[in-house]
Amino acid sequence: MNGRRVWALTLRQLYLMRRSFARITDLFYWPLLDLFFFGFLSLYLGRQGRVPLLVGLLLGALILWDIFFRVQQAISVSFLTELWTRNLVNLFVTPLTVAEFLVAMMVWGIIKISITVTLMASVAFALYHFNIFTLGPSLVPLVAALILFAWAVGTAITALILRYGQSAETLAWSLAFLFQPFGAVFFPLTVYPDWLRRVLVALPLPHVFEAMREVLNGSPPPASRVGWAFLLDAGYLAAAFAFFGYMFSVARRRGLLLKLQE
Amino acid sequence: MSPWAVEVCGLTKVFDGTVAVDGVSFRVARGELVGFLGPNGAGKTTTIAMLLGLIEPTAGSVRILGLPMPARREAILGRVNFSSPYVALPYDLTVRENLTVFAHLYGVPDPAGRIRRLAEVFGVAHLLGRRTGALSSGETARVNLVKALLNDPEVLFLDEPTAALDPEAADAVRALLLRLQRERGITVFYTSHNMREVERLSTRIIFLHRGRILADGPAEEVVRQYGKADLEEFFVALARSAREEA
Repeated sequence: MNGRRVWALTLRQLYLMRRSFARITDLFYWPLLDLFFFGFLSLYLGRQGRVPLLVGLLLGALILWDIFFRVQQAISVSFLTELWTRNLVNLFVTPLTVAEFLVAMMVWGIIKISITVTLMASVAFALYHFNIFTLGPSLVPLVAALILFAWAVGTAITALILRYGQSAETLAWSLAFLFQPFGAVFFPLTVYPDWLRRVLVALPLPHVFEAMREVLNGSPPPASRVGWAFLLDAGYLAAAFAFFGYMFSVARRRGLLLKLQE
Repeated sequence: MSPWAVEVCGLTKVFDGTVAVDGVSFRVARGELVGFLGPNGAGKTTTIAMLLGLIEPTAGSVRILGLPMPARREAILGRVNFSSPYVALPYDLTVRENLTVFAHLYGVPDPAGRIRRLAEVFGVAHLLGRRTGALSSGETARVNLVKALLNDPEVLFLDEPTAALDPEAADAVRALLLRLQRERGITVFYTSHNMREVERLSTRIIFLHRGRILADGPAEEVVRQYGKADLEEFFVALARSAREEA
């Protein structure tokens, strides 16, 4: 693993960001719109007096969800950018390895989400008096578990784009949303039918969001839930890397790196 | 140290039953300037892509600078480079930004100094702050060559290096390639459809048709052997007869 090559690709993304108004606004436009919507909705419902802690539960879930979605999207869109600018051949005739390429996309995901979350957390605190940091030290493993799963999903999507080209690019924006209704993001696992609940616990997301709700309800951080999330993350990440490696070898065998440039 | 810059043995590539490259074997000595010729669809691009590790051969082996590709891909690609007008640098960054990114990818010491020196040699120093997508095709070709020399390569793979250049700029590039080969012993393996250019530059040509090598040797010798007046006539005759045979 060569750190300078990882830095080179990160630098490229930074240069791109600096030169693109659309990329800069992407950092805050949709996240803030979500925050305004859910923030005012939860304020309204909270004032009915029926649901205590609603602001915290909804905004906490929203911010953590955004971490997952934005990191996944950053990985997939970084790859798509190389595809759109026909840069894949240029990159892969350098000593850059596939692992360095993936790591660079992951690093970029973390940089982007750091900016977005800082902004969202500040606005949530200023407008709704919700402090995400009330989650305390348990915030760190929850965020880490989400980032790991986002890396896995982002890597798998990237592998599909590598194999099927731009016809698969819509996955970069849509696939993550499949996990929103089934990830126990805004409501607890108990809402789901029993058979579905047993399937969904195979995903890290329900464990992370259940843990968040328990902490916001004043319970200590649930070690078992966090442990399960990390264990599942490790499995999904290993599978995603193996899948990308396989798809890259298919791309080399079929000459797709050249065809994708056409 | 291997005396060969490129060693190719029985290189074959089959895409879904179609043979693109058919058992090609050749060796390129260090310091040679080889013109890799052939009509469109002959298999030149596929061959170069296999030499660079972008495409996995169906059969055969490739060694670059004595190292096997793709087993030693990382070590090889740090010592070679590639440029093609059809693989332009990303249009959305400035020339300096693009070159800086690639300098880091190649681990170039003092990227800013190296970029400045090469940009001066190629007459593109004034373009460093310009967006790459806003360059003319001639300027783009020269910037691509700067990128191709960033890592001081021992072997340079060039795909039609002068295709987009006006005659004066093309002549300057040819002179520079000759200088690089003479002064630094750099090996240049390039494709071109400009036969006059090939005659002037090449120490040797390899002519490919339908994935097979039809001729290999110094340009004058090949032309003489086939009883033609020049390389252009040779190219047209060989391509035509190969097409008729097929």
